[in-house]
Amino acid sequence: MYLTSYLALAAILFCIGLYGVLSKRNAVMLLFSVELMLNAVNLNLVAFSRLGLFPNIDGQIFTFFTITVAAAEAAVGLAILISLYRKKETAEADQYNSLKG
Amino acid sequence: MNAEFFAFSILSVFAIGGAVFFLNSVRVMHMAISLAFTFFSLAGIYFLLQAEFLAVVQVLIYAGGISILMIFGIMLTKPEEGSPGRSFQYHQWISLATIISFFVIIMVIIYQSPIFTPAEKVSSPSVQQIGSILFKQYAIPFELASILLLVALIGAIVLARKEQK
Repeated sequence: MYLTSYLALAAILFCIGLYGVLSKRNAVMLLFSVELMLNAVNLNLVAFSRLGLFPNIDGQIFTFFTITVAAAEAAVGLAILISLYRKKETAEADQYNSLKG
Repeated sequence: MNAEFFAFSILSVFAIGGAVFFLNSVRVMHMAISLAFTFFSLAGIYFLLQAEFLAVVQVLIYAGGISILMIFGIMLTKPEEGSPGRSFQYHQWISLATIISFFVIIMVIIYQSPIFTPAEKVSSPSVQQIGSILFKQYAIPFELASILLLVALIGAIVLARKEQK
């Protein structure tokens, strides 16, 4: 199995996630499209840690940290989204036009 | 080699199909299930890359935690009526064109670069090795990650709690 097929799969997933971020209006969809992009990056890290020029375990360790940060980001992002929804009564990302609480 | 290629093809088709259904489905539960499907397929691909512990972590955190978080998020904020049925607007065409050109550039770069082959076949790292590296070489980032999780937990509670009148 070559490295390029894993990289191609990660690129496809990243582009799907990027399309979701750029074209969706619902803020929850934006948040989870970002999660999809982070997963594509994790796949790249693991593929390089197994099939790269210098196979090394460090790629997997980096992936653990990325997963941790992504989980924290999803939790805080959802909390911000829910408090914004209480204030604005909408989940559409283009209605959020003010930072003032 | 052949069986690995077969498994990789099936898992990647599942992952891409799940992602596409996630973006295109209208119902909330279909979205959540297809996203969980993508995460499960990625866990299978981690198994193929012989990162077993990481595959289990992926199933636990992504397919278990983040999918449930997504269902909560969508059900707590009700989507506006008529928003999925809106016509395909010009900014969506622009973003689609941008992403297709970006994708073509990435693919050209990936396939033009020389094929990387590992110098020597390494044995797959065991969980014991991962643990010893995580607690020796990466001890400080590990502790920082725990602080980050604590701060995120407190921050999420503070942000999402109702204001006292």
